[in-house]
Amino acid sequence: MNREIAVVAFAQTEHRRTSEELSEVEMLMPVLHEVLARTGLKTADIGFTCSGSSDYLAGRAFSFTLALDGVGAWPPISESHVEMDGAWALYEAWTKLLTGDADTALVYSYGKSSPGPLRDVLTRQLDPYYVAPLWPDSVALAALQAQALIDAGDTDEPALAAVAARSRADATANSHAQLRGSVPRGEYVVRPLRTGDCPPIGDGAAAVVLAAGERARELCERPAWIRGIDHRIEAHGLGVRDLTDSPSTRLAAEKAGAFQRPVDTVELHAPFTSQEVVLRKALKLDDSVRVNPSGGALAANPVMAAGLIRIGEAAARIHRGESDRALAHATSGPCLQQNLVAVLEGDPR
Amino acid sequence: MSKEPVAVVGIGQTKHVAARRDVSIAGLVREAARRALDDAELGWADIDAVVIGKAPDFFEGVMMPELYLADALGAVGKPMLRVHTAGSVGGSTALVAANLVAARVHGTVLTLAFEKQSESNAMWGLSLPIPFQQPLLAGAGGFFAPHVRAYMRRSGAPDTIGSLVAYKDRRNALKNPYAHLHEHDITLEKVQASPMLWDPIRYSETCPSSDGACAMILTDRAGAARAPRPPAWMLGGAMRSEPTLFAGKDAVSPQAGKDCAADVYRQAGIADPRRDIDAVEMYVPFSWYEPMWLENLGFAAEGEGWKLTESGVTELDGDLPVNMSGGVLSTNPIGASGMIRFAEAALQVRGQAGEHQVDGARKALGHAYGGGSQFFSMWLVGAEPPDA
Repeated sequence: MNREIAVVAFAQTEHRRTSEELSEVEMLMPVLHEVLARTGLKTADIGFTCSGSSDYLAGRAFSFTLALDGVGAWPPISESHVEMDGAWALYEAWTKLLTGDADTALVYSYGKSSPGPLRDVLTRQLDPYYVAPLWPDSVALAALQAQALIDAGDTDEPALAAVAARSRADATANSHAQLRGSVPRGEYVVRPLRTGDCPPIGDGAAAVVLAAGERARELCERPAWIRGIDHRIEAHGLGVRDLTDSPSTRLAAEKAGAFQRPVDTVELHAPFTSQEVVLRKALKLDDSVRVNPSGGALAANPVMAAGLIRIGEAAARIHRGESDRALAHATSGPCLQQNLVAVLEGDPR
Repeated sequence: MSKEPVAVVGIGQTKHVAARRDVSIAGLVREAARRALDDAELGWADIDAVVIGKAPDFFEGVMMPELYLADALGAVGKPMLRVHTAGSVGGSTALVAANLVAARVHGTVLTLAFEKQSESNAMWGLSLPIPFQQPLLAGAGGFFAPHVRAYMRRSGAPDTIGSLVAYKDRRNALKNPYAHLHEHDITLEKVQASPMLWDPIRYSETCPSSDGACAMILTDRAGAARAPRPPAWMLGGAMRSEPTLFAGKDAVSPQAGKDCAADVYRQAGIADPRRDIDAVEMYVPFSWYEPMWLENLGFAAEGEGWKLTESGVTELDGDLPVNMSGGVLSTNPIGASGMIRFAEAALQVRGQAGEHQVDGARKALGHAYGGGSQFFSMWLVGAEPPDA
């Protein structure tokens, strides 16, 4: 059974440095209301719900259980949660719809990075015996990758600055973005990465609705059909990886059918300028493709939601008729360890 | 075309203990995965994807540990998913993995759940102070004890029922080489004389804190045909969730549990669970949850569950054996506990449960719950494949 499944609606918060006194539920609820309103569905109409978040951002165990209050899970709902970016929650929901057990799915994810020092928090993702005790932070690891790229002749600092400038310029048209317009390159945070090469730290949430077959056409004028979606993980030890390449992204793209025909739009989850260089190489993208028209993760990077937002942004462009075939990418782990690729298409116009 | 049938062809567990100081987290999960592969007579290259689950990351102090575990589980170059649905996670993880096969996304999937509780202190990991939120009152027992008292008052069950469950499960554990607690000198009197922790829950009526992992190999019809040992077939599976606290919530017999069971029974064609199901592995972290879940899952009428326990129906040689493995009361690596229930149900219908095998078990239920009695995951497995 090859059921056609589409993204039929997308909503996100206005991503900000801090959502201050808003709880995660309070931050999430308007997004859930908005995405349901776009389709006219109510919670009770949804066949399956799946979310992505991290206890380590919230600083408490089982943080997602309270987010469920925002969904209004009564009467009880068929529901699951991944401790991953929401892009993987979408993947789980996609498999659920493929089985035919449900015709619609609500997918959401959220992250509040503001309560803690994010660079320190993310070190807890690393090998707990050999690496985490050294507290190498996310910027330092990305800087290792950036320097490897420069040493390999794949990029240089002016080229990285151009990625940053293009992203923030594109973000001027995105009211949800946190960093927009002209942003100074700034000082080195960890050489060779400057402030401008790094993503903003912020709070945010996103949600999408998936629907299968005819249901998708009822709910959306121009559904963004998921033609393929796949994800792959690499070794954890940075020393055993070639940081200038992303074989997991390339393999996921192959499995998702990305190379069968050219795409017109790409939304890459590249929190650091240097990571866009790696992903462009892995995905064999040339300058004819529009990359990150939303501004990408360099304009807003709410951890745990930023990957789902890439899929949402790509789908929204198809909904609006601004793209016919788009690629969306999400990443997780240090230096692009785990990657997901989705290929979305609109019906011919 | 309908869903692809899903078969369990490999099962592996670690010997669950209080502290596995001899292995890292990676060593622990690899041990269970290797045993599941051996049981299925498969190698790492035969696995298309890995689905891993565990309870809160604070229990080991590693954020999203699947990233670090990718190498140990042979996942490099493959898809890897990490599920977290509170205490029900072991069951949910198996169901997410099963869906990958049912949807024909993958042919053979390794699913695994673990907890290495000795890395931290789970009780306080569950009790982080959060402003303006009701505290969990020093561990799960403080949260669940009032629900047990509500059940006792509602059903009129005698005070001794809880100790009967604990005495049974701890004796069953003696027949399971992987169980954590092996109390060879256990007596009913000792259970009843153990210290009161959270009234009415006594020390011997609570689960231990364990290090352990459980793994299963799930595969499609073609994979099952190649399997060296009889597979267990998934006949139904479902998850249901409801909010933690709300006006009108029935904390004793949550609606989400009833709905989840009804969905599984519908898929599996179970008309009368008491008659049609041969054995049950249910998530009983505190002894009284056996009679409570017997009612919630439809094995007894409301208020009558304790009578099954009292009359010996749920004993290993009873009419409806419950927790033949010794259950969560004897082994509790939290994140893995749900998957152990699912795996033990599968062992029964495969006829591979050893000394705690129920003779002629053809259909068995695996059950897990989590959060504030709000997350449920269940599957029903059988010795025969589902009707085509």
